[in-house]
Amino acid sequence: MPVPIDIAKVARLARLALTPDEMEAYGAQLGAILEHAASLQALDIQGVPPTAHPLPMLNALRPDEVEETLEREEVLAQAPDRDGPYFRVPPFMEDE
Amino acid sequence: MSGDPADLTIAEAAAALRSGALSAADLLAAVRRRAGATEAQLHAYLTLDVEGAERAAEAADAALSRGEDPGPLAGIPLAIKDNMCTRGIETTSGSRLLAGYRPPYDATVVGRLRAAGAVIVGKTNLDEFAMGSSTENSAYGPTRNPWDPDRVPGGSSGGSAAAVAVGSALGALGSDTGGSIRQPAALCGIVGLKPTYGLVSRYGLVAFASSLDQIGPFARTVEDAATLFEAICGHDPSDATSYRGVPPVVRPTLEAGPEGLRVGVIAELAGEGNEPAVLAAFGRTLEALEVAGAEVREVSLPSIPYALDAYYLIAPAECSANLARFDGVRYGRRLPGDTVEQMMAATRRDGFGPEVTRRILLGTYALSAGYYEAFYGRAQQVRTLVIEDFARAYGRVDVLVCPTSPTTAFAIGERTEDPLAMYLADVCTIPSNLVGGPGISLPVGRDGVGLPIGFQVLAPPLGEAVLLRAARAVEVLAGFAARPALATSEAR
Repeated sequence: MPVPIDIAKVARLARLALTPDEMEAYGAQLGAILEHAASLQALDIQGVPPTAHPLPMLNALRPDEVEETLEREEVLAQAPDRDGPYFRVPPFMEDE
Repeated sequence: MSGDPADLTIAEAAAALRSGALSAADLLAAVRRRAGATEAQLHAYLTLDVEGAERAAEAADAALSRGEDPGPLAGIPLAIKDNMCTRGIETTSGSRLLAGYRPPYDATVVGRLRAAGAVIVGKTNLDEFAMGSSTENSAYGPTRNPWDPDRVPGGSSGGSAAAVAVGSALGALGSDTGGSIRQPAALCGIVGLKPTYGLVSRYGLVAFASSLDQIGPFARTVEDAATLFEAICGHDPSDATSYRGVPPVVRPTLEAGPEGLRVGVIAELAGEGNEPAVLAAFGRTLEALEVAGAEVREVSLPSIPYALDAYYLIAPAECSANLARFDGVRYGRRLPGDTVEQMMAATRRDGFGPEVTRRILLGTYALSAGYYEAFYGRAQQVRTLVIEDFARAYGRVDVLVCPTSPTTAFAIGERTEDPLAMYLADVCTIPSNLVGGPGISLPVGRDGVGLPIGFQVLAPPLGEAVLLRAARAVEVLAGFAARPALATSEAR
């Protein structure tokens, strides 16, 4: 059975302004994929530790020394909108 | 010299450059002619760096004429998948969202190739953000298979594979998250190597699924793949997941041959589910290995049937987190919005294609409150089972083998409407990404309509030496020498 999904909520969390038609289509496709993935639910894996990373690694630290950084102008030149040395974005809240 | 320089291997071209029989400028010109003759049909490249390539070729020629050794890849024309940053050169990752993006830095692998004297011809096409198995998900149109332009080259590194197969580059870099180097190598009849997780820096690679992504080379021979691997591997302080030890030394054992090699055939991936022609070529290769002195036995990895489902939860979950950075603020296209959230949601809806949108939604769902344990957490536990299965197998054999892809190249459009069918293309390649060990695909035959068939060798993490030794042995035994019609002068 396809898995029912609150696709509007998921789209909001993912910051994707989908149309109602798109939500319906993606919702159905995700349901089918998750139905396939239900095979995992049948496995007896109680007590098996999860793997987040394939190789055993600890935090990578380096000496806290000044290093070369990216050229600020070269970085800002890629911004869709800027104000001097800043990235510019629309307001964070409406009606202000 | 006789023949077209675009058909040389990297080893042959390097020798010709050093003997003076060929200049880097002439080699670049030959590769460009090949691109000129094939790109209208193939669309392997998104961007050609004409000036940069010429400068690099001139520098290589100047150093060679002074009698210097300008590096193992001096003057060798290579292609780079367009999800690796190239300073000042457009890097789109196959996405509309990054149209026009010019990175302010080179990826570490690009810097290493440049330092080794390589000539970077251009940036190659891919499925958007490396999500796909056919290169049909590129926002800039599909790449086609050099053996049959009505078919896909595989993916997601389809542009790099097609370029090397046809001779519009002598080698290339791709990235492999679930098979995106090995599967297109198989479908295009060339060699594709996914190194051990962490051996090659990912600084400057546009991230897809960070616990799975690995950069690796495409080439026409195992030896050339080894040369490229040597040039790009090694610790990089800019990549926090970079392996800190000494990388495996592969060259001394490359020609050690198959004698005494313990080869395990993965029972779950080497039987039904593969096309008959794929199985036949695979079986012939096993017989040849056995005759040549390898010990071939069947090995069962019971968790394999669950690996695909685990992968298609883990990879989208990590993708949804990684692609959160594409928000229209610092780079790329932006659509207007009254608030920053509306701007971001409109920008992302417009910038991402359907497959990327699907995976972001799937991953966001799998990571959301109330579902995390049931989906992502469970997939991570299954990943542990897969790792344990492989570790047990490697206690008894040196390498594991199976077909690279259950089918040869499929038709353009055949699977685009069915995401699950497309995902099944990766069933043989995904397990080694979950495990982290290296894998390689090389051509061992062709099917009834002449399409190449790939043979996959897997080894435990850091097992590149035995992996490449086994692959070289298979290469010699299979004797695959065919080239796609598009690469031969008769066809042009």
